[in-house]
Amino acid sequence: MSITQDARLQPDNAVTAATPLPGLARPDFGNPAAWVVGFILLVMPLLANGFFLIEIFGTTLILGIVALSLMFLAGYGGMVSLMQLTIAGLAGYMTAVFGLSGNANISLGWPWWLATPMAIALATLFGTVSGALAVRTEGIYTIMITLAIASAFYYFTNQNWVIFNGHTGLNTVVTPHFWGVDWRADIPFYYVILAVAVLCFAAVGYLSRTPFGLALQGVRDNPRRMAALGFNVNAHRVAAYAFASFMASLAGVLQVWNYRQISPGSVGVERAIDILIIAVVGGITRPIGPFIGALIFVLLRTFTLDFLVAIGLDGNRFRLLIGIGFLVIVLFSPDGIVGLWERWRGRGGGPTQPGGGHGHG
Amino acid sequence: MDSVARRLSAVGTGAALELRGVTRLFGALAALTDVTLTVRPGERRAVLGSNGAGKTTLFNCITGDFPPTSGTIRFFGEDVTHFPPYERIRRGLRRTYQISALFPGLTVHDNVYLACCGVSRSRFSPIRPRINDALMQAADDLVQAVHLTAVKQRRVAELAYGQQRQLEIALALAGAPRFILFDEPAAGLSPTERGELVEILTSLPGHIGYIIIEHDMDVALRVVESVTMMHNGRIFKEGPPQEIESDPEVQELYLGGAHG
Repeated sequence: MSITQDARLQPDNAVTAATPLPGLARPDFGNPAAWVVGFILLVMPLLANGFFLIEIFGTTLILGIVALSLMFLAGYGGMVSLMQLTIAGLAGYMTAVFGLSGNANISLGWPWWLATPMAIALATLFGTVSGALAVRTEGIYTIMITLAIASAFYYFTNQNWVIFNGHTGLNTVVTPHFWGVDWRADIPFYYVILAVAVLCFAAVGYLSRTPFGLALQGVRDNPRRMAALGFNVNAHRVAAYAFASFMASLAGVLQVWNYRQISPGSVGVERAIDILIIAVVGGITRPIGPFIGALIFVLLRTFTLDFLVAIGLDGNRFRLLIGIGFLVIVLFSPDGIVGLWERWRGRGGGPTQPGGGHGHG
Repeated sequence: MDSVARRLSAVGTGAALELRGVTRLFGALAALTDVTLTVRPGERRAVLGSNGAGKTTLFNCITGDFPPTSGTIRFFGEDVTHFPPYERIRRGLRRTYQISALFPGLTVHDNVYLACCGVSRSRFSPIRPRINDALMQAADDLVQAVHLTAVKQRRVAELAYGQQRQLEIALALAGAPRFILFDEPAAGLSPTERGELVEILTSLPGHIGYIIIEHDMDVALRVVESVTMMHNGRIFKEGPPQEIESDPEVQELYLGGAHG
């Protein structure tokens, strides 16, 4: 009686279906690895210094949330959207515009508790409307239209001085202080990011087994049949965009608090494609994938520079490494690192794989 | 909601399904030409005809998978010609597919549950269902109705072909169907499975009418009370099964078409 996940998405779940817990087939919570990772994340401030806490783990989680919003659309809905970073960027810009920043002529100076919901609402609205445009297309055209939106937004921020302050962007954005806590100080900020990431992660996992999430996966697999079951396929897709946009907006607010500035460089097309790479490398079949992809991406970006310089190469070649890694993953494991790991575990762990395997059709 | 008003005003016209001059062109090819058809509520009818006679195109026009080039379609009196498929489904129309269109990664129960959600208000629900949820219960009942309870928790990809055909029927029975279109439900089934299919069809509640496309005359003529013969996108004969079966013109055309 459990609303068991599409086994192509979660191969382990097909196994739990044999001994169903009513409505609660949740292998993740019985997984000791998940508890260990959770514990480590929770006590991270004791283990890591400020640099690691924010530059590595904070950034990983923020990028992970943006990539998670893409994973939700692509993995469950079959819609590859390249505008998730754009939505995050708009939320970041709006946080700076409605709140306080060094650009007093632009920022309206609203308190954070007003500016932040406003920014999230506007960016979610933007993502939903753009999504309504994108769902009229399928496959590669969805990619093209969302890429067009992403690059249009990039050029718009570059050229608009009234709101986006052109290529200089908005600087020294003021971050929240209340209850006597500077929420941008490393440790509180880490926990804020962690809380948002965990909420998004849990929400995606939860939704995947609700009528809405199940129907979204049905829409991905067979939209025509879904219409013949009474579902308004496009409405479902737009609703998915709305939810994904909301998650991306949350990450966008965190992003602008993190760097305290935002400029067209933060929303460039190159960055938008990074999100796709993160999601694909990590794996778009499970919500954990984007976070794994983001960690790899951030580690490579941060440390390959020194490594490359040490062996006498240009430090900016870290993208080359990411590119090669991307190629290898796409060639050998279309479902990303998560897929690799699951196959490895399936091979070593005996009868964990269901009979039919998981074909990509 | 003017559609409610229209629906109310339409009560009493009598027909479950009413097609007037329905034509469907694919480029220069006329898949359907001037099809006019009336089916009473609760009526069970077979549509027979050789390959390319336009039977499946007829279904696709009725469900709205693609709209007719011209003509009107009324469902229980309401003009649904320009409705998207899901609006027709929500009004009680159902269909099955000639080639099973299921969700192979989901379990049998979840396939049926999805169908139940589609015709209920909770299709957008972001809340997980409880075990005693009405839709979960309805899905269980449907799974039982098509004799699949034993494989309820199996993924559809693992089912035998005949079981998939039965599941296909279960999806069409979700919610409160008023009229169902069966597209070759017996195709590829063993004689035993055909017997079960006939049993499922004949045990449907009397108010549910259907049209069945079926090449197997033995199946078709046991489960219907009227027959429509199609040829080259046109209806060329209608009548009770015995009459159609013994009609020399039908025998020549239909058997000739099937074997030639």
